Amino acid sequence: MTAVLENSAAPDATPEVGAVPSFDVTLRIRRFNPEASEAAAYWEEFTVTAYGTDRVLDAMHKIKWEVDGSLTFRRSCAHGICGSDAMRINGRNRLACKALLKDLDPSKPITIEPIKGLPVVKDLVVDMEPFFASYREIMPFLITSGNAPSAERLQSAEQRERYDDTTKCILCAACTSACPVFWNDGQYFGPAAIVNAHRFIFDSRDEGAEQRLEILNDKEGVWRCRTVFNCTEACPRGIEVTKAIQEVKRAMITRAF
Amino acid sequence: MQTHQYDVVIVGAGGAGMRAALESSTRARTAVLTKLYPTRSHTGAAQGGMCAALANVEEDNWEWHTFDTVKGGDYLVDQDAAEVMAKEAIEAVLDLERMGLPFNRTPEGRIDQRRFGGHTRNHGEAAVRRSCYAADRTGHMILQTLYQQCVKQEVSFFNEFYVLDVLLTEDLSTGEVPEGTPVRASCVVAYELATGEIHVFRAKSVVFATGGAGKIFKTTSNAHTLTGDGMALALRRGIPLEDMEFFQFHPTGLAGLGILLSEAARGEGGILRNSEGERFMERYAPTIKDLAPRDMVARAMANEVREGRGCGPEKDYVLLDLTHLEPAHIDAKLPDITEFARTYLGVEPYTEPVPVYPTAHYAMGGVPTTIDAEVLRNPTDVVGGLFAAGEVACVSVHGANRLGTNSLLDINVFGKRAGIAAAAYAATADWVDLPEDPTALVIGEIERMRDKAAGERVADVRRELQETMDANAQVFRTAESLEKARDDVRALKKRYLSVSVQDKGRRFNTDLLEAIELGFLLDLAEVVVAGALAREESRGGHFREDFPTRDDEKFLHHTMAYLRRGATPDETEVTLGTKPVTMTRYQPMERKY
Repeated sequence: MTAVLENSAAPDATPEVGAVPSFDVTLRIRRFNPEASEAAAYWEEFTVTAYGTDRVLDAMHKIKWEVDGSLTFRRSCAHGICGSDAMRINGRNRLACKALLKDLDPSKPITIEPIKGLPVVKDLVVDMEPFFASYREIMPFLITSGNAPSAERLQSAEQRERYDDTTKCILCAACTSACPVFWNDGQYFGPAAIVNAHRFIFDSRDEGAEQRLEILNDKEGVWRCRTVFNCTEACPRGIEVTKAIQEVKRAMITRAF
Repeated sequence: MQTHQYDVVIVGAGGAGMRAALESSTRARTAVLTKLYPTRSHTGAAQGGMCAALANVEEDNWEWHTFDTVKGGDYLVDQDAAEVMAKEAIEAVLDLERMGLPFNRTPEGRIDQRRFGGHTRNHGEAAVRRSCYAADRTGHMILQTLYQQCVKQEVSFFNEFYVLDVLLTEDLSTGEVPEGTPVRASCVVAYELATGEIHVFRAKSVVFATGGAGKIFKTTSNAHTLTGDGMALALRRGIPLEDMEFFQFHPTGLAGLGILLSEAARGEGGILRNSEGERFMERYAPTIKDLAPRDMVARAMANEVREGRGCGPEKDYVLLDLTHLEPAHIDAKLPDITEFARTYLGVEPYTEPVPVYPTAHYAMGGVPTTIDAEVLRNPTDVVGGLFAAGEVACVSVHGANRLGTNSLLDINVFGKRAGIAAAAYAATADWVDLPEDPTALVIGEIERMRDKAAGERVADVRRELQETMDANAQVFRTAESLEKARDDVRALKKRYLSVSVQDKGRRFNTDLLEAIELGFLLDLAEVVVAGALAREESRGGHFREDFPTRDDEKFLHHTMAYLRRGATPDETEVTLGTKPVTMTRYQPMERKY
């Protein structure tokens, strides 16, 4: 089925002076309605008019707001910081609010699917609970002993820099749901959980590294990583995810962090 | 329908909600209800920092911070509250550090600090380095750190639960409950997004930490989900909203998009320029220039554009120039915002100035509270067991204009106070009986919306609301523009009654929730405009071209807006009252920078 917006006709040959250039774009979206009598996933195409700075999220909003209100996806901040709208866009995990249509070759239909490896709830919405459960398991909080100091703990700029990259994580699941190991084995902790373990293991203030390494030494832990680098490519925050996982593996052997 | 019972129920899991939860969950049985996953809240979008007079890098003290907050708020700040915030700021920052927040560091390994708009040494002498920060993702780090601590403390979250009503023991919406009559909150009603099920959460204490309402405007830095839910729910139940006419327009939104570029860009040396390349802030604020408070900078920018010195083909924005800064310095201090410029506008900030224009950013007003976060139902009476903290609340520490970084401070200081106060109240209070049918209102509204076969589109009504607010109630306002906005909003409220949603399902019906959120936005826009029309003066973020000066004789008071029920259930009207401003140390002076 193809739904076409009434105003999505090709722009006039002589556009108004100063008008923002527009173009038509087709989104091919994987849909799933859990309440349908035969609940099976299917593809649906929508064509809408977009503008130069529009993101995939803008086109999806246009569909939801003007064509089909039942199209369902999560979103909030719309500029890549809340982590709500990770999706598989043209076969690659991205945030819909950070993927500009003009960068995706809008002359061909853009395919949009839910991220893989997590149960689909409706359309592009997946059940995030297994993802957050893995995150919670690696003790993602500062562990210290003794009395808390009255002022701040000291940390040099170099010590702070050591774990800077992994503090950027927004828990969007783009990395974990891009990992072929995770697709085949949902028990695997996955890149995001390891990234968040890394953030504390290499924090000079933290004293819980041994405990976290023990957790990740599990058969579903870091050793499942096959360094495919999908996670690094998927991360919308530019975190060197695979490198972080390798550093955790090394720490496991050398016990140096 | 399911019924739950907790000592404390916190609504919202942004910075204020989670900070409250960390306190109350160790003292009382606590649940946090959030319409998003906890780490999705818009606290995470805050960038520049959190001010506290740590004096780690230069002389500073909390009294200077208090003064700056009062002056920045154009003397509409309650000075006792500002003093509490500035004093407790120091411990609030240290709390976060002890929880593990990765602050940037000084060469000595202490928390580093940088300059921010309106924060000065010795009552305005020069900009002071007061903002504690983690690159330009301080809010992100606060949100993550608070969530990490909630995981550690095993706080109970109900994720993707939309709170759609709060029930009180008296009907305040008639305006007829006498002063002094005890009123308490008894429960909240929530809609579970995943199933469409209705839940009643009975609680001795309810804490609202639902954030702001930036989506009443079209150009905004706010998330799609910032629809003022908590403010509107309180308003509909007869609780007033304070100072809603004061809305902050952040100077540096990415032009055309509204995405926030932190004031930290100017704190690190960035300069605003007009089409002539002039550093125009030198004319508007000779002492601290680009680091003047946001209301002044936003107005200056809008004025440059209005007088024909805007940039670009439409001459409709100005430029934020970072090109004189070292790329390494930009990468270390401002990595995220420079990435936004690259991603969304294709501009390279190392070599090109970034197009910027003011964007609706922050509600200074909100649900009135005491300094212990207790909700007020009039200038003096609190609602027993109802608390509010963060952007939803108006303490008032921001007055007519919030200083940069004071929002992250507000959520930490007053979130903590709300959590402590809510647990303390629950420890001694009795349970109040639930009303006969607590879900009636919510179920009625949902069914009306979902069952209507066809009607007005949510998106059309919302777009028209946002457009009229941008056109008529933004940086510059007049009686004429505000009357236009008022008439438009009233007409849209009528059309809202015939709105229908296409998604008729029960599971994950975001179509339905957007319709309900639009109802909140309409009520709040009406209050913003009513307050703005009545306030015939210019103060902080509220600028009336027909009354361009501050008028302390007539308007040195808070606005209290009440939604009163009219003749029929669908008819309501906004009535305005006042509340005195608390002054302790500082008498109003002319506001110059």
